[in-house]
Amino acid sequence: MEKANKRSTGVRIKDWCRAWARQWQLQTMVLPGIIAMIIFNFIPIYGLSLAFRSYTVTSTMASAPWVGLENFKIIINDKYFWESVQNTIGISAIKLTIEFFLPIIIAIMIFELKWTPFKKVVQTITYLPHFLSWIILGGMLITWLSSNGMLNQLLNLIGIATKDNHILNANSYWGIASLSDVWKEAGWGTILYLATMSKIDPTYYEAAEMDGASKLRQIWSITIPEMSSIISLNLILSVSGLFNSNLDQTLVLMNSQNQPKAEVINSYVYRVGLTQGDFSYATAVGLGVSIISVVLLIITNTVTKKLNDNKSVL
Amino acid sequence: MTDAKKTNHERPRARVKESKGNRVFDVVNVILMTLFALIIIIPMWNVVISSFAGKNAGTFVFWPKEVSIANYIRVFSDNSIWQSMFISVAKTVVGVVFHLFLCSIVAYALSKRDLKGRKLYSAMGIVTMFFSGGMIPTYLLIKSLGLLNSFWVYILPAMFSYYDMVILMNFFRDIPDSLEESAKIDGASDWRVFFSIIVPLSKPALATIGLFHGVWQWNDFMTTKLYVTNEALYPLQMRLYDIIVQAQAAASNGLNAQVSIATTSKGVQLATIVVTMLPILILYPFLQKYFVTGTMLGAVKE
Repeated sequence: MEKANKRSTGVRIKDWCRAWARQWQLQTMVLPGIIAMIIFNFIPIYGLSLAFRSYTVTSTMASAPWVGLENFKIIINDKYFWESVQNTIGISAIKLTIEFFLPIIIAIMIFELKWTPFKKVVQTITYLPHFLSWIILGGMLITWLSSNGMLNQLLNLIGIATKDNHILNANSYWGIASLSDVWKEAGWGTILYLATMSKIDPTYYEAAEMDGASKLRQIWSITIPEMSSIISLNLILSVSGLFNSNLDQTLVLMNSQNQPKAEVINSYVYRVGLTQGDFSYATAVGLGVSIISVVLLIITNTVTKKLNDNKSVL
Repeated sequence: MTDAKKTNHERPRARVKESKGNRVFDVVNVILMTLFALIIIIPMWNVVISSFAGKNAGTFVFWPKEVSIANYIRVFSDNSIWQSMFISVAKTVVGVVFHLFLCSIVAYALSKRDLKGRKLYSAMGIVTMFFSGGMIPTYLLIKSLGLLNSFWVYILPAMFSYYDMVILMNFFRDIPDSLEESAKIDGASDWRVFFSIIVPLSKPALATIGLFHGVWQWNDFMTTKLYVTNEALYPLQMRLYDIIVQAQAAASNGLNAQVSIATTSKGVQLATIVVTMLPILILYPFLQKYFVTGTMLGAVKE
């Protein structure tokens, strides 16, 4: 019995190899992709072990001595790190709250527009900022917020006399960073919702119309329930993004005056790791934050699953 | 009888009332959406039009007092901008070609359900979507590969994306097998079938991936910021970043207009912004065709 089994395993391996050899052409097509993933994805994942080592410029990644949780212990008393955590959460909370609700509302409003050319124009205009880089947007933003820029001129028009350069004001930074992101992404955020809504059976609306349901009632009782799975997916992604920070945006908008409110986790890792050369500590910070994000993702997924009659969206 | 009459009487009235409510909804909706579009377009218009205002750049909202192209002449009289433009175009074109080639050959092979090792390959890909080494380990890798200050740092690390590969794979799976089989009977190899049958039939999918990756390549400045210090390899985005950050540093240290000779004038900054943005605006109508497929990409490319 055992013998037969063994032989069949041997035969199976042989068969498998023969089949592999027969499709060598297809295998040569996959191979470069696998190599690319191993080099550019898996080696850096292995490199996360730096967080538990003490890396100096003279050592290689493999020869650096292990130090256990030493790097993580330093994090606990690092005042600048906790400041960056505060800024990250502050900016993300404002940003994610607005970016969760606004696209749902805008998508419904775009969907209800009856005149197709107007609908197209609104979509074309509002999707555009998504495709601009943060460097371009940052440059624009600095211009709008400067002492004689667009914002101050509009404020002057409505009777508020101000000559401030708002980007230098640390207290407005959270608002500037989060709202500019909303401005960039709110339009694009509607696209998944619109794709979902276009698949809703129009007879639902006809039936509701016959029963005398108002527009708002139809939206509440048909459109929103039909979108519930995509809404919960976005909710999960939003909550787990609480610790994510936008390095592009921060590097463009941060200056010596707003830095206390502008430094986020990513830019802190960048500064400590690449500017100051403390590779191990910066890796530990990055790894710690990723772990928290994964935990948040799992928690929100479990909660939404409970709320959604045990249907997981992930 | 009376009941029926009553409902008959009431129904039209209720309907008139409803449609009036709906009309109010429509009007409010159109007004709000117009406002939303204006909030997006006016600031951009402000920047574009400001760049044509010569020395007064950035000091008005809708229209300059006099139109001048002086800022653009100054931007283009600097040789480094031409150099950067060349790098930007080169990294975009070469990047897209390499990316499309690698992702599509892998996608073709993985679209075959009887491919040996397919499960392992997919599992590896899924791992790359959820886990990454992050900034520092990636930096050390790039450094040990000798890619610091090399043009190839723009191309090689971004060459393969599992997500783009999956989109192409799904597209290839929808191509009827019968088309390939007749070629196979005639003795064509897999590579031959791929290039002469699959590629021509997949133009829309390839265009989607190509355009979105092209936009990413054009907009990417982080690669330069992290791995490149040689100014000869700076793309436009990095050049613009330097200009903006220098001006900001001067402003935040309290050196304002008086010392503006050292920093780039507002007008030149704005003209550089417009030049950097222009290719995206030109590509935009083409991109629009592929928005819905691109959604999936956009979410991951962030």
